[in-house]
Amino acid sequence: MTELRFTQSHEWISVEDGIATVGITRYAADQLGDVVFVELPAVGKIFAAGAEAGVVESVKAASEIYAPLAGEVTEVNESLGADPAAVNSDPEGKAWFFRVRLANPSSVAALMTKDQYTEFLKGL
Amino acid sequence: MRYLPLRPDDRKAMLARIGVASIDDLFRDVPEAARDAHFDLPRHASEMKVERTLSYLASHNAAAGSFPFFCGAGAYRHHVPATVDHLIQRSEFLTSYTPYQPEIAQGTLQALFEFQTQVALITGMEVANASMYDGSTATAEAVLMAHRITGRSRAVLSGNLHPHYAETVRTMGELAGEIVVAPASAGVPEGLERVIDDSTSCVVVQNPDVFGSLSDLSRLAEAAHAKGALLIAVVTEAVSLGLVESPGAMGADIVAGEGQSIGNALTFGGPYVGLFAAREKFLRQMPGRLAGQTVDADGRRGFVLTLSAREQHIRREKATSNICTNSGLCALAFSIHLALLGEKGLGQLARLNHATAVRLAERLSAVKDVELVTQAFFNEFTLKLPKPALDVADALADRGIIAGVRASRLYPHDSRLRNHLIVAATETNTDADIDAYASALAEVIA
Repeated sequence: MTELRFTQSHEWISVEDGIATVGITRYAADQLGDVVFVELPAVGKIFAAGAEAGVVESVKAASEIYAPLAGEVTEVNESLGADPAAVNSDPEGKAWFFRVRLANPSSVAALMTKDQYTEFLKGL
Repeated sequence: MRYLPLRPDDRKAMLARIGVASIDDLFRDVPEAARDAHFDLPRHASEMKVERTLSYLASHNAAAGSFPFFCGAGAYRHHVPATVDHLIQRSEFLTSYTPYQPEIAQGTLQALFEFQTQVALITGMEVANASMYDGSTATAEAVLMAHRITGRSRAVLSGNLHPHYAETVRTMGELAGEIVVAPASAGVPEGLERVIDDSTSCVVVQNPDVFGSLSDLSRLAEAAHAKGALLIAVVTEAVSLGLVESPGAMGADIVAGEGQSIGNALTFGGPYVGLFAAREKFLRQMPGRLAGQTVDADGRRGFVLTLSAREQHIRREKATSNICTNSGLCALAFSIHLALLGEKGLGQLARLNHATAVRLAERLSAVKDVELVTQAFFNEFTLKLPKPALDVADALADRGIIAGVRASRLYPHDSRLRNHLIVAATETNTDADIDAYASALAEVIA
């Protein structure tokens, strides 16, 4: 896997061979609290960058997940259905949400690096 | 919280922002004549005078309990034990609203949890919510839920669904998709299967239906499922669930019902209590509040409101429904009455209702030229009279018999139903009531 990139809406993305894996950041998971449900997109769905791609629900909040970049959904993490708590325990690893074949793989360069995201969080 | 009234310049700024000159401009869609409506109301009067006037007016009402009473069609007169009223008037229950700081309201949550358990058990479903406003809004919510689950937007309503329910579905659902209403007919909804197509999200069918007819829903459920649609079963007479095969056992995916019959009086048509139950796999798409059972940090049994993230105060415009409340007190009355009855008691009550209705149907259909239209029924059936039902019901009312609900009241534009009278019998009807009805009907028709 390549290094993680980040969005202002707290998704992380990791690209390999033009396929991006997407999840939510540890910061987002901590803010949400105990996650109880994740609604994932359908495989084959085509998103524009920034489109709403799913929903993550905690005990007291529901929050949309956005597609960081344009592309087509190739795979979703079905294991989150039975184990949504993984979003709290391992948000930037095991609890990835979905994979997207990027329409334009080089577009990932526009997203924040780890350092930039850390700086961004300081400003919140 | 302080109340901060608006100053004239606040108003001016707000009006300028939305682009109107005066507050009156906001009402210009109301016709001029209606705006200047004048009501000729009497001047104020003393408390004693008001009490006397209103008591006099009230004495013109015919209360259901004072006459042989046979009206049903969605609201049923049953005996409510005094225990129910006594218990629901405890202030902990009587004054509480739906829990918004839920965990401190353990008693309310436990009552709702038990209500849900009862509703799931009698409907034959896996999950039930903490109640809806009434049966008709529960039905409309069931249609919207089916749209969400199937990703389709065409609802097929059986012609035997109570017209007020169909109207509510139309009011709440017509912006969400197409609503197809099959024609009304007393009896099994023939040919409804053929209206189900690949764009149909759900088929809504009432059992017992608005004419009192009972049907086996299994075939309709199979036909719906074959097209990927859901079957929504509507029950307006909850006591029937003590005797009739449950909608769940007949293949329903969602059950919407009216719970008034159990624990709640007629009370001029409301407030009532909507029952809402579904298959567990559809739980997340359910509207309304859900009480859940859990354990606290010390392992003790406790209750919570669960899956709240579906609800409007959290999910905003993406909520499953805009209902953020329930019919708490009516649901409690339902639960207390059903707990008093128990499984066996509900079965006995249902049998008693059915037996009374059968006796009544035999007596009334023995009257010359009166035809019993309903083949199979629970506690309500439809008669075809040799004269308009309106005239017959009025003549019977003059003789002190509240004979039933004429079908023309529900279907004012359907001339085929002008002579049809929908008649309900419950455990409250005595043999003397039945005798009085049968002999008065014979007189009126002769």
